[in-house]
Amino acid sequence: MNVRTIFRDGLWDNNAVFAQMLALCPTMAVTTSGTNGLGMGLATTAVLVASNVLVALIRNLVSPQVRIPVFVVLIATLVTLVDLMLNAWLHELYKVLGLFIALIVVNCAILGRAEAFASKSPVMDSALDGIAMGLGLTFALTLIGLLRELLGSGTLFAQASLLLGPQFSFLETTVVPNYGGVLLMILPPGGFLVLGFLLALKRRLDVRLEERKRRPAGADFSPQEA
Amino acid sequence: MSTLALFRDKLAYQGISLGVVAMLASSALVFGNRLTHEAIAQAEARDLANSLAQVLPEGSSDGDAGDLLSDTKKVGAGETAVTVHRARKAGAVTGAVFRMTERGYAGDIVVLMGVDADGRLLGVRVVKHAETPGLGDKIEAAKAKWIFGFDGKSLGDPPPGRWAVKKDGGDFDQFAGATITPRAVVKAVKRGLEFYAAHREEILR
Repeated sequence: MNVRTIFRDGLWDNNAVFAQMLALCPTMAVTTSGTNGLGMGLATTAVLVASNVLVALIRNLVSPQVRIPVFVVLIATLVTLVDLMLNAWLHELYKVLGLFIALIVVNCAILGRAEAFASKSPVMDSALDGIAMGLGLTFALTLIGLLRELLGSGTLFAQASLLLGPQFSFLETTVVPNYGGVLLMILPPGGFLVLGFLLALKRRLDVRLEERKRRPAGADFSPQEA
Repeated sequence: MSTLALFRDKLAYQGISLGVVAMLASSALVFGNRLTHEAIAQAEARDLANSLAQVLPEGSSDGDAGDLLSDTKKVGAGETAVTVHRARKAGAVTGAVFRMTERGYAGDIVVLMGVDADGRLLGVRVVKHAETPGLGDKIEAAKAKWIFGFDGKSLGDPPPGRWAVKKDGGDFDQFAGATITPRAVVKAVKRGLEFYAAHREEILR
């Protein structure tokens, strides 16, 4: 499989949240701000790449009958290790994300990729797939987080310097000062609302793109429009 | 490859491979725990020292934050025992810091409070809660000034009957749309002061 397809799949066509509708549990829980979404996305990407590589390495050794328990044990171990390492060496970030790291275990996207891709593909492809899917997930979580944060608290990337270090404090913007905030957007229903609208938007874009592809070049402007 | 495929279908192979994976996973966890154990303990001690420093005014102890962490005493018996951190100046206890837990609107609210030797509040901070963002989270020092309203208060000031939110005839403000949360915090602080009064001798010793 070529790199282009893998990345196109992960980022858009087969995006973990917007197309496969996996990983919805952490999506709803953490996307109350852009920073949280970004942090969760990056942590998940790390786990996803590692689990994809490991699963691809042992894919011929594991018999199909016991593959699911083997993958589950692998993923749970990786998540626990990430949890320990974040707690030890990135403690400030851990205090923000700590609760959600454990949620990565139940993130269906990771087991889903192990099952659907890494268990049938060579190591290199699986690593790339992990990166592409992870970035797609990060993109989705950050976008949902930013929209909810903007509507709910009137800021963008609040506390980004906690996550990325002080040199990234320029990301923190207050769009509307002294904004009362739509509390609903921060609460769980806001997550469903934003996700729903984004899904509808993606559908529409996909339909548009499909139509444009089917129509021959040059026929974009019909006489009626002119 | 073909011999491997033959083996793979045997029941024993499946059992053994599961066992091997579980063993490798647990040894990886043991190794990870060994590697991070110390750094995690340090980070947590630093967190605790930081929050202790928030509820005690500067100069209330002549040691550094480390002494505050080690000079502790368990007060009370069994399940309800409270760990009290003590700040000392020239040997005498000048302040005590301890935690109190009270049920809020959504789960437990953990309050860290500093009290001077006479039982006056030096500072109060909410260190853990799961209250509604935007409504109940005004109890955080970072979100609102409300929590500083406890500074300098004691069991006699305001009198015991007025240790409640205004809605219940007390002295402390509630928030628009959230009464349960501040009520729980006031209750926790009052209970903490009563605890201190009951065990004062033991804590100061």
